[in-house]
Amino acid sequence: MRWEEEGMKQNAFIMGNKLMGSNPHAFSLIMPSIPITHTQTPYVTGTSVLGIKYKDGVLIAADTAGSYGSTTRYKSVERLRPIGQNTLVGATGEMSDFQTILQILDRLIITNAMFDDDNTLGPPDIHSYLNRVMYNQRNKLDPFWNTLMLGGVKNGVKYLGNVTMLGLHYVDDHVATGFGIHLAQPIFRNEWNEDMTLEQGTKLLEKCMLVLFYRDRSAINKMQIANITEDGVKISEPYALQTKWDYEAFSNPTVGNEGSW
Amino acid sequence: MEPMAGEWTSAAHSMGTTIMAVEYNGGVILGADSRTTTGVYVANRASDKITQLTDNVYLCRSGSAADTQVVSDYVRYFLNQHTIQLGREATVKTAATLVKELAYQNKSFLQAGMIVAGWDKYDGGSVYAVPLGGTLLRLPFATGGSGSSYLYGFLDQAWRPQMSKDEAERFVVKSIALAIARDGASGGVVRTVTVNEHGVERNFFAGDKLPLFHEEIPPGRNSLLA
Repeated sequence: MRWEEEGMKQNAFIMGNKLMGSNPHAFSLIMPSIPITHTQTPYVTGTSVLGIKYKDGVLIAADTAGSYGSTTRYKSVERLRPIGQNTLVGATGEMSDFQTILQILDRLIITNAMFDDDNTLGPPDIHSYLNRVMYNQRNKLDPFWNTLMLGGVKNGVKYLGNVTMLGLHYVDDHVATGFGIHLAQPIFRNEWNEDMTLEQGTKLLEKCMLVLFYRDRSAINKMQIANITEDGVKISEPYALQTKWDYEAFSNPTVGNEGSW
Repeated sequence: MEPMAGEWTSAAHSMGTTIMAVEYNGGVILGADSRTTTGVYVANRASDKITQLTDNVYLCRSGSAADTQVVSDYVRYFLNQHTIQLGREATVKTAATLVKELAYQNKSFLQAGMIVAGWDKYDGGSVYAVPLGGTLLRLPFATGGSGSSYLYGFLDQAWRPQMSKDEAERFVVKSIALAIARDGASGGVVRTVTVNEHGVERNFFAGDKLPLFHEEIPPGRNSLLA
């Protein structure tokens, strides 16, 4: 059908050189005689993203750190972004690739709006699209070095899932990326339940973010929480958690066993 | 599997240079040292690492000298055409986006950490960082190069928003001087470029006129010749 061809052409336009459109080599500094394979290394990276469903929708949290190897180079990087009216995307990994993905998603939303038929893309649609984007890049051995988290509510249906740089994708009632998989998911498994209120959900996420701040060297104590409900996406201003260091055991831990730590 | 485990641990490079740009109340100040090294040899002790892209936008370059020269040449060329077609001066954001696009699309070939800064009538003074990988970040101030490692603590403590032009320039010169004091790959003179609505001003702070820090002594006579 002709409209299908148009759709395919639009995808080629978007995917062409990730973004460029008419001339994919406009910004290439070399013209190779054989196909280039990339598989890069990440430079500026974001750490864990955490997400849970709750009674009225979905909550997603992430800190605002942009690490550069072991240095916390940028301390105000927004890793949670709204997509359309119903969805939020959070990213772990290379921030330049996340910025490119946001532009790709922007194109998707705009192109869809141009059909002018009151159809909007919901979380499952964005998830499916992102999966195709990530998997296709992986097949070109030129991945977007990110794990993306995707959450939202549309028509009363709550949705939450992940897509990795290899194109692995899944949905669940609670998900995490990066270090959060190891430290936060077990807490979710124990303490999450279906009817959590906004306050209970927030407390659970903050508990896990605190653990990550203590135990993930890339994490900083400056985070944002996003609340997605039927009414839309709301991302909080960055804020910090109260930390606790005044345990007796912390003040003189090596008395009696010098050289210990 | 997870992005945090992997090759970046063995991919550390030293990027000779200290570069910096600061937004102040009315414009921007760009600053850089002047040392270019090939290995341990100082190939040029008076280089100019602050390159003009348009009348109102400048670029600080760190990393591979060749890579950053090529990127700045292309961006200067694109912006020249863009300005003619647009009919008015290019914005800092446009210049920064072009730099980012080159850095991002060619990330596997380039070793270029750059800072784009300038003044336009829409956003006033703006500073954009384009680190390795091609992330684009608008910031109130940015640093780069191997010398920048020594500045994080100082900047965390000393930087304030809305500095005046003179305060901001003193701040930049002091920062670069501190980095030069500790980073072997940074040295020479401190060059600054101030860009605001009135135009552009270049300044030069000679190596022997920079502030002295811990355990550094002023030049003087040999104590044996008293």
